[in-house]
This record gives sequence, C-alpha cells and structure tokens, in this order.
Amino acid sequence: MSFLIDSSIMITSQILFFGFGWLFFMRQLFKDYEVRQYVVQVIFSVTFGFSCTMFELIIFEILGVLNSSSRYFHWKMNLCVILLILVFMVPFYIGYFVVSNIQLLHKQRLVFSCLLWLTFMYFFWKLGDPFPILSPKHGILSIEQLISRVGVIGVTLMALLSGFGAVNCPYTYMSYFLRNVTDTDILALERRLLQTMDMIISKKKRMAMARRTMFQKGEVHNKPSGFWGMIKSVTTSAPGSENLTLIQQEVDALEELSRQLFLETADLYATKERIEYSKTFKGKYFNFLGYFFSIYCVWKIFMATINIVFDRVGKTDPVTRGIEITVNYLGIQFDVKFWSQHISFILVGIIIVTSIRGLLITLTKFFYAISSSKSSNVIVLLLAQIMGMYFVSSVLLIRMSMPLEYRTIITEVLGELQFNFYHRWFDVIFLVSALSSILFLYLAHKQAPEKHMAP
Amino acid sequence: MASLDRVKVLVLGDSGVGKSSLVHLLCQNQVLGNPSWTVGCSVDVRVHDYKEGTPEEKTYYIELWDVGGSVGSASSVKSTRAVFYNSVNGIILVHDLTNKKSSQNLYRWSLEALNRDLVPTGVLVTNGDYDREQFADNQIPLLVIGTKLDQIHETKRHEVLTRTAFLAEDFNAEEINLDCTNPRYLAAGSSNAVKLSRFFDKVIEKRYFLREGNQIPGLPDRKRFGGGTLKSLHYD
Repeated sequence: MSFLIDSSIMITSQILFFGFGWLFFMRQLFKDYEVRQYVVQVIFSVTFGFSCTMFELIIFEILGVLNSSSRYFHWKMNLCVILLILVFMVPFYIGYFVVSNIQLLHKQRLVFSCLLWLTFMYFFWKLGDPFPILSPKHGILSIEQLISRVGVIGVTLMALLSGFGAVNCPYTYMSYFLRNVTDTDILALERRLLQTMDMIISKKKRMAMARRTMFQKGEVHNKPSGFWGMIKSVTTSAPGSENLTLIQQEVDALEELSRQLFLETADLYATKERIEYSKTFKGKYFNFLGYFFSIYCVWKIFMATINIVFDRVGKTDPVTRGIEITVNYLGIQFDVKFWSQHISFILVGIIIVTSIRGLLITLTKFFYAISSSKSSNVIVLLLAQIMGMYFVSSVLLIRMSMPLEYRTIITEVLGELQFNFYHRWFDVIFLVSALSSILFLYLAHKQAPEKHMAP
Repeated sequence: MASLDRVKVLVLGDSGVGKSSLVHLLCQNQVLGNPSWTVGCSVDVRVHDYKEGTPEEKTYYIELWDVGGSVGSASSVKSTRAVFYNSVNGIILVHDLTNKKSSQNLYRWSLEALNRDLVPTGVLVTNGDYDREQFADNQIPLLVIGTKLDQIHETKRHEVLTRTAFLAEDFNAEEINLDCTNPRYLAAGSSNAVKLSRFFDKVIEKRYFLREGNQIPGLPDRKRFGGGTLKSLHYD
C-alpha cells in the first residue's frame, strides 16, 4: 500500500518536472524559433524531468521521506530510463536530424541515422578502455558499464565548466578589469565604420554600372565553358571583367574590415554598459562578490593541486568535518545526528539548485550564440544530452558531500564504481580548465586595448 | 560614374530568412551560391531606372543595406546596429513564409528602425508592442517580402498567403512572395517585378520630388516642377 502512495508521489513530481522543462523550452530556449518537431521538445523535457527526479530522490534519502525499498526501486527505474534516453534515444535523434539537414541523404534518412548511431556506440564503448573504471567481471550491457562511461563524459564536462566558471566569474564581476571607454572612442569607431561602408558602396556602384554597360553592349559576362572557351579566355579577355575582379577583391577586403569594426564597436558599447552598471548599487554588490569569488577560486585551484600532488582523496564530507571541528576544537556540544542531517540537506540542496540553475543559464546562452533556424533541433538535442550526462555525474560526485549513512543508496544503486577515480579525474580536468582559462582571459585582455588605441 | 543620385533602403529581418540571397538576386540578377552569416551590415547597389519608359526616365543608385542579427540581440549590438539606420529612405521587411515567428518579429524590426528616425518628433516607444498609429504617420515606404515560397506545400499556400496579406496591410505596404533561389519570380514584366519597381519609384519620389511634410498619399495627378519646389494640391 505504501508503495502505491510513494509511487504516486514520485509520478506527480515527475510530471511537475516534465512540465517545468517544457515551459523552459518554450519560453526561454525556443522563443525566437518555431517548434516544428515536437519530438525534440518532448525529449528535452523528459531528460530534464528524470534528471530532476534523481536529485529529488537524494533529498528524500537525506530527509528519510518515503519507504526505503520503494526509494530503491525508483532509483533503479529512474537510472534505467535515463541511461536508455542518453545512450539510445538522444544520439539516434541527433543523427536523424543531422542527416535530415543534408539534402543528398534525404531519401534514406533512417538508414544513415542508424549508421551514425552505431558509430557513436562504438566510440562510446571504446571510451571506457583507457580508464580504470571498473573490474572486468561485469557483463556487457549492465548498468555499471553504461554509467561508468556516461560518468566519465559528464565529469569531464562538469570540470571544464567549473574551471572556466570559477575563473570567469570574478573576471566579469570585478570592475577592476573593465577597460576605460569614453563616448569619443565609440563615435570615432562608428565614423570609421561608416566611412568603410561608404567606400564599399562607391566601389559597388562602379561595379553595378560596369555590369550594366556590359549587359547593354551585349557582352554577357559568363564563365567560359568548354575547351575552346578556355583557350579563348586566355588570349582575349573582356577588359570590363578584369576590372570587375580587381574591384571585387578590394570590396572583399573592405567588407572584412567593416565586419571587424562592427564587432569592435559592439564590444565597446557592451563595455560602456558594464561601466555604467558597475556604478549602480547592484553593480557595487557584484563587484564585492567578485573579490570574494576570486579568493574562493584561488583556494579551489590550490586544493585541486594539493589533491593531485599528494594523491589525497577526502574521506569525510564537509558536513561531518565541520561538525567535528566545532565539537572538538570549539567545545560546543550538540546532537550530531540531528544537525548533520539538516545541514547536509541544506548543503546538498544548495549544490543541486545552483548547479541546475547555472547549467540552464549556460545552456541558454550557448544556444542563443550558435543556433540558427536550420540547426536549432540538433543543438537542442545536443544540449539535452549534455544536460543528462551532467546531472548523472553530479549524482556521482555529490556522494562525496554527503555523510556516510546517506551514501549507501548511491553506492548500492550505481554498483561498484571506482568513485575515487572520478574525483581525481575531476580535479585534474578542473585544474587544466582553470589554468587555461586564466591564460586565455589574460591574452584576450591584453590584446583588446591595443586595438582601439590605434588611430 | 558615381554622379547619379542615390537612395538608401534597409533590408531587415530575422537571421536565416534569406536577406542576403534576396539582396544578391536584386542587385546582380543571380542566385547566391553560398549564403553565410552576415556579421554587421553588408551593402549592395542596384541601378534603377526611375519612371522607366516615360520621357522623365532617370537612373538612380539604390543602396540596399542588409543588416544582420536577430531582434533579441544584446542592447550593445542594437546600439551598434542603430548607426546604420540614419537617413533611411525606404525599408524592405523580409520574413520566412515557413516560420511564423519571423513574421511576428517584423513588427519589432520596423519599430527598431523607425524609432531612430522618429526621434526629432519626440515619439518615444517604451515597449516593443505594435501600435498601428505609429505606422499611420510613417513617411518611409515599406515593402514586405516573404521568402522560401517553394517550401510551402500547395495545400497550405492559401492559408499562408492570407496571413501574409494581413501582415502587409498592417504595415500599409505592398507584399511580394518569392523564392530567392529562383530568378523567375522577379522576371521582367511579372507582377512581382512591377511591384518592386513601383516601390523603388515611391522611395525615389519621397526622397527627391516631394517636399517634407507636404505629401498626401494617393493623389492621382501630381505635377512636378523638378527638384522639389512647390506642389499644387488638388483632389479628383
């Protein structure tokens, strides 16, 4: 009986998450496009729904809500469905939509998308070989095999995003890094842009007039075809067409210049807006946060280095350690079990919410930047894939932040994975990503002032 | 050769509707082979015979400014784009017949471009909502072009064309529906070519032959005294 009640609670919450994913898709991601293939929207919402349910189960684990056997059952079921989606459905549909975009292969869409899916599966399998993920006594299609590989990809993504985010966050928040931009700079650049456009226009006018006179005189400018045409074009070429190619080359160069100027002007406008924003109250608040985050970022890089160099993997989670410290050093006595449960619930809850929110915001920005009306379907599916893998590996890594008694369910369900490996791998990729982001931002920052200081 | 007079026409619309292909077709009478992203603004020039076939025929340069980007861009990009909207004589609004959102976004595009020119009269628009009154006293000629007509199935064509007719009526503009990869839609003598020619003539007239603030649309019998001096008003 209680199993039925528990299942109905789970299913209601799943429907809620599904609805939220659906709304997010419609209002945020696809607000400038038209949804023609509803499959895409359904897949995205389903992935989002099941991922959130996993987090919900962790919270239930900590709080002790629902029957433990029904929790275990739902864990298993959830995991199976998510793996099914991430490994079978989404890659297949990505292949299908990619193939649909290519005109030539339109007729045999299904065949080619199956081929693409098989290639994906092959590389996905090969991915597991160089990593010491698990002992070889498991079967081919067991949950552990699939989860281990999904985990590797997901952890790499998480570490890359964390590394870049940890460095980029103080860089964007702090006003120390803002370049000084005045209105005269912007006006000067705009004037240059318009002058370049005028030059392009005058050249195009000449070309248009030349084409018109050629057309009226009866010399049609077409490419020489055939063998004799080629021979003839070597000796006698219409003088008009030679001129045209020369002018066309000049126009190409000028157009490239105009594109550069446009991008620089947009950059200056953006910087000017940020300067104005930093003078407001909110801006000052973010500036202060930026200093705080930069200290946090430096500390995280330091800890990652220490972990790698000394081959150290944390045994206890921060909650228990914090409680130990307060009890032992500060001499404050309180009920460890009670407080550890609540504090770990809050901590894990915060981690989950911020990671979901951060991921959705990053995905949205990414989507706006690179999608077009043709590729929007493929990109959304790719994002759904990334999101699913990200959430699955969050579950893997969150295990470290929870006290021992709550880790059991994850260990039970996910099987005998080498969790320590994943933490080590996260540290390595995080370090690499953070250091290369610092290098990249440093170079970009250095290069920018020189560009518009030139006359 | 650049001594002919010129008019400036903006070509606006969402990303991917086919503005670059359209401009290439209009200016070079050829189909664009490899369309790619337009960053910033790309310009092309069309030589147009005003009042072709009459004794008052005169040749003009029509500059087609194809401004790239999306209507939901960051405000820094919008401020940069605004530099192209100066002293515009006509606007061509392009939308994709297979994508309803691109048609809806045309209202926001036209507001973005027209706001630039409405500043002297002090009309400020605080939100992006469409207001027919703003278009009623708009002096800049508009033309609505729908692309990718070939991708609309025969059965749906009527429904789509009714929708676009309403759209063009909202803007008080003519409309043309075509496929930018097929030059026959703009072949000389076809109704599309006539509409296009009429639009360009209207743009040139507004710029060179009618004094500011003195236009009465629909006046059938106008006398011109070359170069924009006094007009006599009479109704038929």
